[in-house]
Amino acid sequence: MSEQFEPVIVGFLCNWCSYRAADLAGTARIKYAPNLRPIRVMCSGRVDPQFVLQALRNGADGVLIAGCHPGECHYVNGNIKALRRFLLLKNTLEQWGIEEERVQLLWASASEGTVLAATVDRMTEEVRALGPLRWGEKVLVSDTAAHAVVEEVVHDR
Amino acid sequence: MTDMKKSPEEQEKVGVYVCHCGSNIAGIIDVHEVSKWAENNPNVVVSRNYEFMCSSTGQELIENDIKENGLTRIVVAACSPHMHEKTFREATERGGLNPFLFEMANIREHGSWATNDKEAATLKAKALVNGAVERVVHHAPLEKIPVSINPNTLIVGGGIAGITAALELAEGGNHVYLVEREGTIGGRMAQIDKTFPTLDCSACILTPKMFDVGQNDNITMLTYSEVESVEGYIGNFNITVRQKARCVIEELCTSCGICEEKCPIKVVDDQYGAGISYRKSIYRAFPQAVPGFPVLDKENCTYFKTGKCKICEKVCPTNAIDYEQVDELINFNVGNVILATGYDLFDARQIPQYGYGRLANVFSSLEFERMVNASGPTSGHIVLRDGETEPKSVAIVHCVGSRDQNYNEYCSKVCCMYSLKFAHLVHEHLPGAEVYNYYIDMRTPGKGYEEFYHRLLNEGTHFIRGRVAEISNAALHPEEEGRLIVQAENTLLGIQQRTAVDMVILSAGMEARHDAEDVSKLFKMGCNNDGFFNERHPKLAPVATMTDGIFIAGACQGPKDIPDSVAQGGAAASQVSKLINQGTVMLEPVRASVREDECSGCRICNTLCPYNAIEFDEEKSVSRVVSALCQGCGTCVAACPSGVIDGAHFTNTQIFAELKGVLWDVQEELSAKQEVI
Repeated sequence: MSEQFEPVIVGFLCNWCSYRAADLAGTARIKYAPNLRPIRVMCSGRVDPQFVLQALRNGADGVLIAGCHPGECHYVNGNIKALRRFLLLKNTLEQWGIEEERVQLLWASASEGTVLAATVDRMTEEVRALGPLRWGEKVLVSDTAAHAVVEEVVHDR
Repeated sequence: MTDMKKSPEEQEKVGVYVCHCGSNIAGIIDVHEVSKWAENNPNVVVSRNYEFMCSSTGQELIENDIKENGLTRIVVAACSPHMHEKTFREATERGGLNPFLFEMANIREHGSWATNDKEAATLKAKALVNGAVERVVHHAPLEKIPVSINPNTLIVGGGIAGITAALELAEGGNHVYLVEREGTIGGRMAQIDKTFPTLDCSACILTPKMFDVGQNDNITMLTYSEVESVEGYIGNFNITVRQKARCVIEELCTSCGICEEKCPIKVVDDQYGAGISYRKSIYRAFPQAVPGFPVLDKENCTYFKTGKCKICEKVCPTNAIDYEQVDELINFNVGNVILATGYDLFDARQIPQYGYGRLANVFSSLEFERMVNASGPTSGHIVLRDGETEPKSVAIVHCVGSRDQNYNEYCSKVCCMYSLKFAHLVHEHLPGAEVYNYYIDMRTPGKGYEEFYHRLLNEGTHFIRGRVAEISNAALHPEEEGRLIVQAENTLLGIQQRTAVDMVILSAGMEARHDAEDVSKLFKMGCNNDGFFNERHPKLAPVATMTDGIFIAGACQGPKDIPDSVAQGGAAASQVSKLINQGTVMLEPVRASVREDECSGCRICNTLCPYNAIEFDEEKSVSRVVSALCQGCGTCVAACPSGVIDGAHFTNTQIFAELKGVLWDVQEELSAKQEVI
């Protein structure tokens, strides 16, 4: 096995578009980075920012949220809600020094297996270049104020 | 990995089953290693791997283990849940457990098929299996929700596939809305002269069917119309169709055709006429059009351009012309949808070396089809572009835009047969003319198809095996002057061959409709990279799609000839009939619910719900989800600041458990490090 860092990326894929895009990528035998660990949610609008924080806290180096294209959400506009939450979350993550490449939002329709695969490849390389996240050092240890916030957010469920 | 809060008696007993899927999974992922490793999870009581979990033997493994080992939860690591979740839920249920106490790990589509790296794929499979095990422990038994099926059906596309499906359903007593973009139903088959291999006249077998559609009281035909919006789900779709203004009042029009006759504007008919004939500005595509009402083409109409003319209005004996007519939005409900939107012909202009569009006597297959048709512009006479000279030699080029990595990699399936038909028609119409068929491989699979090829071999057609390199008008000899020169390698003789002919026909392949992707998005189902609609399963569910209640038929699914399209139209109709007969289907119980005693009544969720499914109880000052309206997206669950909305089968606890599970390896590293800190 090579010595290069293999990032672990958690993917929250919506049931109707992006999960099927990943299915299609497989069916079409498109080879892409095996670093994505997909979790199925019914809609990208179901992705609670806590999911992202918890993923990073549990050791993921990156998180990909993927939903239907705007205007094509199976649930009318859940993806727009995902976008709103994502933009707020991005600000928070930035304040903690978490690079923006680590948490990404993607629109991939059920026919866009190639788009999903290419994004996973690109994101894997971006996160690989950043190196491991080291949440413990970055957020929990270095900044006690942030520590308190995270504890509150993550445990409030 | 252990759920420490539970005592051993309370702990769930999970059975893990890792599928080989022949070599589909086992060829990349070390399935023995994965199933052995899964035993380490303290919740796992039984862990097996088997060649085909979806086989009856595989399913019986699960059933027997539940009964004999007292399993309380099941995990199958195999293909996508969109493929076999239902299968294994049923097996779980037969074993005596609630079907929702099951979870699937997708290690095929997301695992073995997505990488060649065996080690990484095995690691990913472990992560996904572990995620499923951790999640399934928190599953709760759920009951499916019955939903009644509206017996009406929407069929999009009035070609032979759509017509067949419409008639099957309507004759069975169910109502059908048949939506067609053009002014008449009939589709591609209406353009064709003869059908292979029997050489039946296409119109003679199609028009009676079109007539039946027009006469059937159970069919609401919406021509010159397009679907504007689709809402809802299986059993209850709400459809809005835009019926474009044809400027003809259907109730008054008697289809006499005088307006068409008197209209002074001639327009090249690039739709039905394939660009080689003319129509009027107010027109019916062909005399047997159903419905028989004409369509006024506003773009070319003198009245719409200059405000003058109005000849059609003057000559109409029933005052059926209405220039002020506007598009109408028609709204109705259906239980199921069949998409039969057909195909586009490959545009041969994309291959410049074949000269189509540049060299006059290079014809597309559809142009030739119209020309050789007795009702076409030349009354069926085969002539060159000048309209009078009969060609003495004709070259027919197979595989134009098909089996070509520069254009479409796939085989269009019908071109060999229709090229043979063309060869036969040239022999029939122009005895003595030389016919050259340039083919890569002769593909004639079908009843009576190979026999038709043999018939052509005996009719004196020259068959040249080789892809044509170039068609030009650059004469090298006096006898080539003014003719077309076809340059090809004859791969059977191993020589370069230069043949001068008078006419070339390019047998263009079939492509997905240019707007197929838009249609697939509208109906929330998928299409493949070529744009053809994806079936649920290529072998076992060829007309169903991944979206319940949406079916596909005909060439919108992939290149197909008439008998296959008819068969699919019938198959789709039969699937819809089945659902109508069932009367109800059981829907996933994925629904949100509010824990009312903990709700603070902030009402944030009320406005978020896209279905207005959350009502507010003023008296108790709490929000409440109306289960019948809820579609289970989970937006409110994610938004609730108190965390008191539960999304059944996608609860926070379940997702957090899965998250922890899929990150087992990095978690182990992390906790080791944190101990150091």
